Amino acid sequence: MSKPGGYINRDRLWHPPALTPAYKSSVTRSPNAPLLSLPTSISEETGPVFGDSIIGELDNDLILNFSSTGEAAIGPRIIVHGRVMDEYGRGVPGALIEVWQANAGGRYRHSKETYIAPLDPNFGGCGRMITAEDGSYEFRTVRPGPYPWPNTMNDWRPAHIHFSLFGAAFAQRLITQMYFEGDPLVALCPMANGIADDRARDMLVAPLDMNATIPMDCLAYRFDIVLRGRRQTPFENRKDGL
Amino acid sequence: MTQKLDYLKESPSQTAGPYVHIGCVPNAVGVTGVYAQDLGSALFTGPEPSDAITVKGTVYDGLGSALTDAMIEIWQADANGLYASAQETRGQADPGFTGWGRSAGDLATGEFSFRTCKPGRVPYVDGRDQAPHITFWIVARGINTGLHTRLYFADEVEANALDPVLGRVDPARVGTLLAHPEADGIYRFNIYLQGEGETVFFDM
Ligand SMILES: [Fe+3]
Repeated sequence: MSKPGGYINRDRLWHPPALTPAYKSSVTRSPNAPLLSLPTSISEETGPVFGDSIIGELDNDLILNFSSTGEAAIGPRIIVHGRVMDEYGRGVPGALIEVWQANAGGRYRHSKETYIAPLDPNFGGCGRMITAEDGSYEFRTVRPGPYPWPNTMNDWRPAHIHFSLFGAAFAQRLITQMYFEGDPLVALCPMANGIADDRARDMLVAPLDMNATIPMDCLAYRFDIVLRGRRQTPFENRKDGL
Repeated sequence: MTQKLDYLKESPSQTAGPYVHIGCVPNAVGVTGVYAQDLGSALFTGPEPSDAITVKGTVYDGLGSALTDAMIEIWQADANGLYASAQETRGQADPGFTGWGRSAGDLATGEFSFRTCKPGRVPYVDGRDQAPHITFWIVARGINTGLHTRLYFADEVEANALDPVLGRVDPARVGTLLAHPEADGIYRFNIYLQGEGETVFFDM
C-alpha cells in the first residue's frame, strides 16, 4: 500500500527567478538571500477547502456576472477551458480557480488603474470556479485587450488572463497567467520572458480550440494547468497521519 | 536510448501584478456585486473566542517603502493544532475556524491585519513538535513567484528553541520570523523583502 509522502520540490530554474531586471519592479522586491529549502510538513500538505457552495451561478461567466442589466460585456466572446492536473497527470478535483483580467480595451476595473481606455459598464473582470472530479474547468469571458504599462518607455502586456489556484495543499498554491496563441507581444514581454526555458513559457500559451467553440457564438481556448505533485511511496519514513 | 519519464512539469509562476485584488478580493477595490463577500476576510465563521488575537504588519521593499499593492494570505492550524483541511487525518478541526485568511492590506498604508487565534502545535515530518506558527504567502507586482514565510511567536521561547524548521535557519536571521506582542493580544509581524533584516523565505 502506498502512502502519501511529501510534495515534489519546485524546480526553481523552471519558474522565473525572483530577480528579473528587465521587469523593473522585481529589482527591489526580490529577496537577495537564497530560499531555505525544506521538505513539506503537514503545514504545507494541508490547505483550505472551498466547497461548491461558495460558487454562484454566474461566477464563471465574466460576460454577464458584473452586468446589472443583463447586457453582455463588449468584446470577442471566448470560452476558456482545460484541466488542472498534478505532475503525475492526475486530475486535481475541487481546486478553486480565480481569474481576473482587463476588458476588451485593455482596461482593468481597479481603484488604482488609470489607463486611458474606457471601462465597460458591464464588465467587472473577475470570475471563479471549482474543478470537477477529473480536474476540468471552464469559464466564459471576452478576450482581454493588450495594455501599456510603465516599465521601459514602451512596454505592452500581451493579452492575458491571470489565474490563481488552490489545490489540495498550500504547497500547491500558484498564481500564473494565460497567454493567447499567436500573440506577437508574448515574445516581447519582460514578465513572460522572466521564464528562461521556452518549454516552460509555452505551457502558459493557450491554443485556439476549434472543437470547443460554440458556432455563431464563442471562440474557445484550451488551457491546462499543472500543480505540484505529491509522492506516493510505502518507503517514505513518515509517522502515520502526517 | 532509455524509456522516457513522462512526468509533467509544474506550470511556471507569473507575477500576480498590481491588480491581483480584482480576482481575489474584488470587493476591497470597488468591484462589487459579483461576489457577496471576499474570500478569506474572516477566519472565524462564528463568534470569536475570548483568546482571539490580532496579527498585523506591513511588507517592505528593498528601499524601505511599504507595499500598498500586495495580497497576503495566511494558513494555520486551530488552537488545538488541527488543520481545517480535507488532508487533515489526525482529528476534526474546530468547525468555527477556517485557518485561512486573505488581505489586500490597507490600500494607502499597506498594513494588513488578521483576527485569528494562536495555533496549537503540529508535528514535523519526523514526528517532533513544531512551535506554533502561521504560514504566510505574499504576492504583488514585482514578485514573480509567491513568497512563502512563517510567523513564529516571540513569546513561545521554549517551543521556538526546539522547532525543527527554526533549527535550520541561520541563528542571525531567526528574529525575522518572530512576531512580537505589541499590546494585549496584538502581535506585529513586518516582512522585509530585501536588504537589512530581510525576512527568511522558504522553498517548501
Ligand atoms: Fe494583467
